[in-house]
Amino acid sequence: MIPLNYYLLLSAFLFCVGVLGVLIRRNAIIVFMCIELMLNSVNLTLIAFSSFLGDPTGQMLVFFVMTVAAAEAAVGLAIIIALFRTKRSVNIDEINILKW
Amino acid sequence: MTFEQVVFFFLAAVALFSAVMMIFQRSPVNSALFLILNLFCLGGLYLTLSAQFIAMVQVLVYAGAIMVLFLFVIMLLNLGDDKHLREHLGVRTYFGIGFSIALVVELLYIFGLRSPAGAAQQSPSAAEMGTVEYVGKVLFTKFLFPFEVTSLLLLAAIVGVVILAKKKLIE
Repeated sequence: MIPLNYYLLLSAFLFCVGVLGVLIRRNAIIVFMCIELMLNSVNLTLIAFSSFLGDPTGQMLVFFVMTVAAAEAAVGLAIIIALFRTKRSVNIDEINILKW
Repeated sequence: MTFEQVVFFFLAAVALFSAVMMIFQRSPVNSALFLILNLFCLGGLYLTLSAQFIAMVQVLVYAGAIMVLFLFVIMLLNLGDDKHLREHLGVRTYFGIGFSIALVVELLYIFGLRSPAGAAQQSPSAAEMGTVEYVGKVLFTKFLFPFEVTSLLLLAAIVGVVILAKKKLIE
C-alpha cells in the first residue's frame, strides 16, 4: 500500500511547480495553464484524503472544483481573446491598464 | 516493490516531469500538450485511489474539453514561438524561484517530517465509493443544493463568455 503522505507530497510538488510557473512566465495562456495545474494538485489531495478516510465528501468537492475550473477556463480564455483584440499581445507585462 | 508501488512511482514521475516541462517550454502548444500528459497521469493516480468515476471525468472534462479549448485559443491567436514574448531573467524571476523553493521546503517539512506516517491504509469502504452508483447517490441527496447552484454558475459563465468574446466589445 502507498501511504497517504506520498500522495500529499506529490500534490505539494505539483502545486509548487504551478506557483513557479505563475510567478516566472509572461505568456498569459501559460500562466493560465499553471492555474489549472494548481487546481488539479489540490484535487489530488482531496481525493487522497477521501479515499484514506473513507469519506465521500472529498470526491464531491472535486466535482465542484472541476465545474468551477471549466467555467474559469472558458471565461479566462474569453478575456484573453478580448485583450488580444485590443492590445495585440498576451504578454502580461504589457497588460497594465488596471494599474493605478 | 509491489505492483502498486511501481504504478504509483511511474505515474508520479511522469506527472512531475510533464509539469516541469510545461513551464519551461517556449511554445504554448508544447506546454498545453505536456499539461494534457500531466492530467492523464493524475487520472491514473485517481484510479490507484479507487476513484474510478472521477478518473473518467478527469480525462473527459480536463484532458478532453478544457485542453481542447486551450488549444483552440492558442491556434486562434496564432501564438507560435513569439519573439517579443521572450522570457528574460529579471528580479521577478529570481524572486519567483526563491518563493517557490521556500514553499517546497515548508510543505516538505509539514508532510514529510512533522506529520506521523499518516493513514497507511486506504479505508476499506473506499473501494465502493468511487463507483458511479455511489457518487450519484451522494451527489443527489446530500449535495443536491450545491449541485443545483452549479447550474447557475455554468449559466453565468456561458453568458459572460458570449459577451466577452463578442466582436465589438468597445464601440
